[in-house]
Amino acid sequence: MVTVSTTTHTAQDLTAQARDVLGVSRLTNHALTSWLHGLPGVDQVGCEARAASLGTRSVKTTSKAWAIDTAIGMIDLTTLEGSDTVGKVRSLCAKALVPDPLDPTTPRPAAICVYGDMVATAKAALGDSGIHVAAVATAFPSGRASMPVKLADTRDAVEAGADEIDMVIDRGAFLAGDYLTVFNQIAEVKQACGTAHLKVIMETGELVTYDNVRRASYLSMLAGGDFIKTSTGKVQPAATLPVTLIMLEAVRDWRDLTGSQVGVKPAGGIKTTKDAIKYLVMVSEIAGDDWLTPEWFRFGASSLLNDLILQRQKLATGAYSGADYVTID
Amino acid sequence: MPKFEYAPAPESRAIVTIEKSYGLFIDGAFTRPKATFPTVNPADETVLAEVSQAGPKDVDKAVAAARRAYEGVWGRMSGAERGKYLFRIARILQERAREFAVLETLDNGKPIKETRDVDVPVAAAHFFYHAGWADKLEYAGLSASGADVPRPHGVVGQVIPWNFPLLMLAWKIAPALATGNTVVLKPAETTPLSALLFAEVCQQAELPAGVVNIITGDGRTGQALVEHPDVDKIAFTGSTDVGKAIARSIAGTSKKATLELGGKAANIVFDDAPLDQAVEGIVNGIFFNQGQVCCAGSRLLVQENVHDQVVAKLKRRLGTLRVGDPMDKNSDLGAINSRAQLDRITSLVEAGVAEGAERWSPECTLPTKGYWFPPTVLTGVSQTHRVATEEIFGPVLSVLTFRTPQEAVAKANNSAYGLSAGVWTEKGSRILWMADQLKAGVVWANTFNRFDPTSPFGGYKESGYGREGGRHGLEAYVTTAPSTLTGAAR
Amino acid sequence: MSRLDVRKTYKLYIGGKFPRSESGRSYEVVSATGEFLANAAMGSRKDVRDAVVAARAALPGWSGATAYNRGQVLYRVAEVLEGRRAQFVDEVAASEGLTARAAGAVVDAAIDRVVWYSGWTDKIAQVLGNLNPVAGPFFNVSAPEPTGVVGVLAPQASSLLGLVSVVAPVIASGNTAVVVSSAARPLPAVTFSEVLATSDVPGGVVNIVTAQTAEVATWLAAHRDVNAIDLTGVAGAEGVDWAALEAEAAGNLKRVYRPALADGAPVEPDWNADPGLGRIRAFVETKTVWHPKGL
Repeated sequence: MVTVSTTTHTAQDLTAQARDVLGVSRLTNHALTSWLHGLPGVDQVGCEARAASLGTRSVKTTSKAWAIDTAIGMIDLTTLEGSDTVGKVRSLCAKALVPDPLDPTTPRPAAICVYGDMVATAKAALGDSGIHVAAVATAFPSGRASMPVKLADTRDAVEAGADEIDMVIDRGAFLAGDYLTVFNQIAEVKQACGTAHLKVIMETGELVTYDNVRRASYLSMLAGGDFIKTSTGKVQPAATLPVTLIMLEAVRDWRDLTGSQVGVKPAGGIKTTKDAIKYLVMVSEIAGDDWLTPEWFRFGASSLLNDLILQRQKLATGAYSGADYVTID
Repeated sequence: MPKFEYAPAPESRAIVTIEKSYGLFIDGAFTRPKATFPTVNPADETVLAEVSQAGPKDVDKAVAAARRAYEGVWGRMSGAERGKYLFRIARILQERAREFAVLETLDNGKPIKETRDVDVPVAAAHFFYHAGWADKLEYAGLSASGADVPRPHGVVGQVIPWNFPLLMLAWKIAPALATGNTVVLKPAETTPLSALLFAEVCQQAELPAGVVNIITGDGRTGQALVEHPDVDKIAFTGSTDVGKAIARSIAGTSKKATLELGGKAANIVFDDAPLDQAVEGIVNGIFFNQGQVCCAGSRLLVQENVHDQVVAKLKRRLGTLRVGDPMDKNSDLGAINSRAQLDRITSLVEAGVAEGAERWSPECTLPTKGYWFPPTVLTGVSQTHRVATEEIFGPVLSVLTFRTPQEAVAKANNSAYGLSAGVWTEKGSRILWMADQLKAGVVWANTFNRFDPTSPFGGYKESGYGREGGRHGLEAYVTTAPSTLTGAAR
Repeated sequence: MSRLDVRKTYKLYIGGKFPRSESGRSYEVVSATGEFLANAAMGSRKDVRDAVVAARAALPGWSGATAYNRGQVLYRVAEVLEGRRAQFVDEVAASEGLTARAAGAVVDAAIDRVVWYSGWTDKIAQVLGNLNPVAGPFFNVSAPEPTGVVGVLAPQASSLLGLVSVVAPVIASGNTAVVVSSAARPLPAVTFSEVLATSDVPGGVVNIVTAQTAEVATWLAAHRDVNAIDLTGVAGAEGVDWAALEAEAAGNLKRVYRPALADGAPVEPDWNADPGLGRIRAFVETKTVWHPKGL
């Protein structure tokens, strides 16, 4: 069961808070630029070496069992295809409700993640299970639409019952140095979310450098994002360990700075238990225990769930399992 | 208790067979063990094996075997053939990598992840790199074109330390053999086992008898080897005191020497550094191999305006270091190599505290048996404190501050040593300026403790002389001119 | 009526100045045939000490100068030497007992040697340094740097050619030098110091102490602010035990350039042979710098 805060924020509130954090009387693009470019740089080689070294942790037996169940509970089980149908979404919801029919002790994922038009379907299928419905919005995945369209997209999903909104930032504006636009868009979407949780997708594959990832993370948090999320899954590279490392450092340091906690969601390309465990090791050793819950860490994934179930079966039975023993949906 | 506690993940020691006792490896065969002394696992103080104390007669035999091999086989062999032997050795090291990693961890106390990911693969890489040089020495730029091809010295006596037993063996033996010298090598008293296993590798590679001889023993054995009249060149890695004694003992002879000695490296962090990576570099700089590294970044020089921030980040990071069973794949720090070393670390840290430094360690439970010291940070250290000038050779970081680049350089260079230094800043021109100013043989900028066979390593000032690795490392093992006519560097 | 000539006072050269020995001593310098030539200052251990201080002070400037600049300065030394050719021919002939013709050849060789080294200054790093292809995303470069303050026992016999052959390679790479001149044949060294003083070599880069080698060599070898020592001048020096000097040098792990040996005894090298890179190589330290390559 995932709990979320129910505070609503107006864009004005968020701007006022941001002025506070920056210590400026007016939130200008110049002020944002100075602040973001004043963050310590990231050395790519060192960052990747650290991520790789965390990837060598050996997680076995009881800790593996714990990690598998924790990871399952953190999944945003996702389908984001043009070919999605009501049938497909219902089927995915059924999978979320009963991940492993052979073992009822298997935990459920945190949420189902769909396009906005499928929110009602998912909501109906999941009922009061406690599994959240997350909707991608704001002209996902490119984000290339006018602000009214993005806000309408968001409100539409919220009205259909979405518990969480996964928005995309305007990467074009970000790369052009127009941080104020990015800030305002996030803040306005946050306002449109009402009580729904806002995940801010930075599409790190398009930001390219870790310096940009760090700046985008801070900008997203400053503008009111409840979560920062790596990718749409439609751009390569999607989630990577070093990108997630930068984001985990950002949320950790943000909490030191402001006292408020923000979640992290790597999405796209995380397919195996081995990968998922590396991420959990990273959460544990970079951000700390406080982030080791579905409230503060999610995996955006689809095939990952079945791999986790296969490994779970191996731990339970002692024998390696196979594709015929997990359900596809 | 953290939420995500890693279950024990011990590497199996079944892969390695340790004999009850070992003789010396002389002339291609092991002698019968005699005058043995124990080598212990520093993690639990159990005896791993008994090894032989080589006496002066044994040294004679080993040097004589090396001389015969040099004159009879190795010195006459073509470079191409020599190179192929080195390639063989490199391959065998890779094939038996896990075995070496486990043995090294048992004998040294360092974590298995380091022996597995650093010591053994880099040792193999050194043999690969030097294998290729064996038939290309005339291209190494060591003699003027048209002059004689560089020639080996003959018999090389090599004495190596306990901190990287196999890796230091590779640093010594690979270039010596590639250039056509033969070797008598003495591993450290407390870590002889990987060298003895390497002797087996020489046998598997069918290296001609006497080309490599391994003699075990304490400082007396090393001294006998260094002072042996039929040794042409000394290669030593170890303490500056012993290095000076060696330099004295070869004075007035024609023996050559390379000495890789102590260090007290400054790791300099500017306020515009990539701070998270700098923290990793600080950690890697002083806690890699429990800080028992001659080039360890044992002095953190941090710009005063980011001191608190860096120290806070560092302390948080140290809270995640895992100290314990070296055989556990998740251990970041293992045991200190010996009781004597542990005592030295302990007394120096106590001296630091007595001089006014503030001592801090993360919470960690140390095993009750074995030689253990927690990762330790000393803040409020001044240049005049012993912990800022003396090599501690343990997991102890002394933190000092500076205000300007000039002050950082002055403090960094204010040492009798000059082995390595670190610089952290995102400003390129400052890095290059700093690199020019620092009196150190290796400058790591925005990284630390990186090693590669192609990259020369060695110090300024009392950190020794000569370089190991790269084109420059070959220089120490060859002669290019008849020294009787021109004089020569030692 | 012939004019009474004005004699030169032969003094030390320390920090760009020409002091007398602090000890107030001098010694009689005679020609190869035993005739009185001059009273030279007899340098003491304290003069050596002062010279080391001057050399240390000059080091940052000289080692920090561009290699091009050092080359220009060394070439200027050759130019000024050439201008004083006649004087050196006289002094070398008198000191070494050579005919004017033979002395002229020696002086020419000395000038050419300085020219040779002047051309080396900006090639040393290119020839002795390199990029290292490490197995990882790092820029890794090794370059030679001067060792620091170098003590030089100049050859006893070859008073000018030998002197420039040991001094030039030391300073070409950016070291500064404390030179103990030939004890018996110091006059060309003193005149050479006048050349240095008038040819843009910054004060303190080369310091020349005329002295009894046996008296001061130990102090130089043991001095802890000296980074390297060239023992060439032990050959033919009275009462000097080079093994003892090398042992003293171990106190701070000085780099030691050993004398040439024949049958185990030090001999002076053949100064007409191709000097090679050995003397440059002996007084440089290889520094290796790593930096990550990344976005």
